[in-house]
Amino acid sequence: MATILAVIEHRQGVIRDITFELLTLGRKLAEKNNAQLIGVLLGHDTQSLAESLRTHVHRLLVADHEVFSDFNGETYQQSLATIVKKESPFLTLVGNTAFGIDFAPSLATQLGFPFTTDCIGVEMVDGRIRVTRQLYDGKMDAHVQLAESTSYVLTVRSGICPAEQGGLSAEVEKIESPVVSQPDHKRFIEYIEAVVGDVDITKADVVVGVGRGIKEQANLPLVEDFAKAIGGVVACSRPIVDANWLPKDRQVGSSGKTVKPKLYIAIGISGAFQHIAGMKNSDTIIAINKDSNAPIFNEADYGIVDDLFKVLPALKNKILEIKK
Amino acid sequence: MDLIVCIKRVPQTAEAEVKIDASGKDIVRDRLTFDMNEADSYALEAAILLKEKFGGTITAISLGTADAEDTLRIALAKGADNAIRIKAEEFAQLDGFKTAALLKEVIKDITFDAIFTGCMATDDSYYQVGPVLAELLGVGHATLVSKVEVADGKAQVNRELEGGLIEHLEMSLPAVFAVQTGINEPRYASLIAIRRAAGKEIRVVGREEISIELKSNSTLEGLFLPPVGKRAEILSGSTDEISTKAATIIKEKGLI
Ligand SMILES: Cc1cc2nc3c(=O)[nH]c(=O)nc-3n(C[C@H](O)[C@H](O)[C@H](O)COP(=O)(O)OP(=O)(O)OC[C@H]3O[C@@H](n4cnc5c(N)ncnc54)[C@H](O)[C@@H]3O)c2cc1C
Ligand SMILES: Cc1cc2nc3c(=O)[nH]c(=O)nc-3n(C[C@H](O)[C@H](O)[C@H](O)COP(=O)(O)OP(=O)(O)OC[C@H]3O[C@@H](n4cnc5c(N)ncnc54)[C@H](O)[C@@H]3O)c2cc1C
Repeated sequence: MATILAVIEHRQGVIRDITFELLTLGRKLAEKNNAQLIGVLLGHDTQSLAESLRTHVHRLLVADHEVFSDFNGETYQQSLATIVKKESPFLTLVGNTAFGIDFAPSLATQLGFPFTTDCIGVEMVDGRIRVTRQLYDGKMDAHVQLAESTSYVLTVRSGICPAEQGGLSAEVEKIESPVVSQPDHKRFIEYIEAVVGDVDITKADVVVGVGRGIKEQANLPLVEDFAKAIGGVVACSRPIVDANWLPKDRQVGSSGKTVKPKLYIAIGISGAFQHIAGMKNSDTIIAINKDSNAPIFNEADYGIVDDLFKVLPALKNKILEIKK
Repeated sequence: MDLIVCIKRVPQTAEAEVKIDASGKDIVRDRLTFDMNEADSYALEAAILLKEKFGGTITAISLGTADAEDTLRIALAKGADNAIRIKAEEFAQLDGFKTAALLKEVIKDITFDAIFTGCMATDDSYYQVGPVLAELLGVGHATLVSKVEVADGKAQVNRELEGGLIEHLEMSLPAVFAVQTGINEPRYASLIAIRRAAGKEIRVVGREEISIELKSNSTLEGLFLPPVGKRAEILSGSTDEISTKAATIIKEKGLI
């Protein structure tokens, strides 16, 4: 029977959310194409992890070895190369995450399989794979057809296939670890936790997020004054942290913090999916952006299409008036 | 250290109107501005910092049409010593894989200690050219790199994971580093340096030099506008009216 293989992503003893999304996508594709879904778990002390996966896959391959105590893209690549060759799935699914992109493109290249990355949609048409990808700052989508092959590798974006219950009951199949030591040329040393600052943006009811639309560091007080008036904390998109205008602990998004305030106001933020990932569960989202086509307006509840330098002072005054 | 930086010239679309062209497979480019891909500026700076510390040379390479030479000249002005353009116009059906394969064909004849790429190009967002290039060259790689320090022939490398967690690795050289934005402060090129770079020679490589057939992995079938999601209710009126509406909404939610 044809098989689809999904690589289980976990970190520091916890299975990452993307795994259950990937397995849901894998089950759907398997169902449509009369195939079986195989989960591959590479880890150490994997018993409880494996237990939580059994209902999600038809088969669960587990290589339990010390070498997988911590993530090393190279050990993953070499192990998966062996496993994929042996199982010969027609499709290997990996999350488009810091974990997945460190080994999936090079794995596919090593195996000589067509692959593509950051898919937001996957279909099988006549035994070939067609994916949907996002281009140009989220302003365009594209259909991409993969070259004809017996096997493909895809990385899939987080959040595109909400996780569902599995309803299956795979037995754990222990396999020998294809790799038993870290390679000399790439060694994992340690994880370094993100630094904690003075303000915890995840605790605030009102979060005022500022993006590159603010143009200059000198304009930041405008946002700070506004946040003060409304009683919120200032957070930001990644470019503001990259430029060192605000500390890292103020960054909202996939490589920053996830916030769920009662109100999130996005100011001069375009709405890249990495940013959206960190604020989409806010109760109410208001976006201020001069570009009516900015993707942020697909996520916000209320939109203001205008120059932030005009809107912010005016809105601040209205809020102060109401407060009085 | 001999270093290579892969640089892509990309359209700046964050604030621009993006339209599909007549072919249905590309965007209308004539009214867009173009610049060095954001992450590539950081990749270039990372190379310049290593060169300042250890000496050596930097070669900047771009696969692009003739205008990519403008971007390469910026790299020369900032601190690259040599620049190579691979003529994109002579190679059909470029995807991330074929881009990496073409870069490899040029890089395989150059000695290097490290290659820097961006982790992602903002136009096509494939996150793959760096690691694929490494695989094709048979050297190690790390993606989403947020720090590279070299001592005693080894590189201490940080990768930035979700939530801002850092993975610290030790790698040997040569290797490919696909760098994340924000890892340093990219310098500006001085006017004098820009003028000097204008006169420098850029090596141009095309079909004649790279004659082997390289396959691509994928074909772009067509572009379409993303489906509109829940779409915000747009508040209309003068700035004053809009502000009143927004303030009222915030008040009704009990937030002020
Ligand atoms: C692996 C990875 C992880 C990432 N993680 C994160 C993350 O955690 N968080 C994050 O935010 N990003 C993250 N990014 C970056 C992300 O892809 C985007 O580049 C970033 O979110 C863009 O920030 P921005 O919206 O502030 O800037 P831009 O995209 O440049 O948008 C600026 C916006 O401001 C508007 N604007 C300009 N002037 C005005 C004005 N006068 N008035 C009103 N509006 C104006 C423009 O129309 C535009 O929409 C990550 C990227 C990668 C590759
Ligand atoms: C003129 C031209 C026409 C193209 N036409 C098509 C087309 O019709 N269909 C299609 O699918 N693709 C086409 N491409 C290829 C596509 O634009 C991408 O360059 C390619 O798919 C790589 O993806 P990416 O840039 O998103 O790579 P990513 O993997 O996201 O980029 C990561 C890093 O790789 C390096 N890099 C990427 N591209 C280049 C480059 N060109 N030169 C030097 N370094 C680079 C940079 O350091 C970058 O930061 C074309 C490219 C060019 C230049």
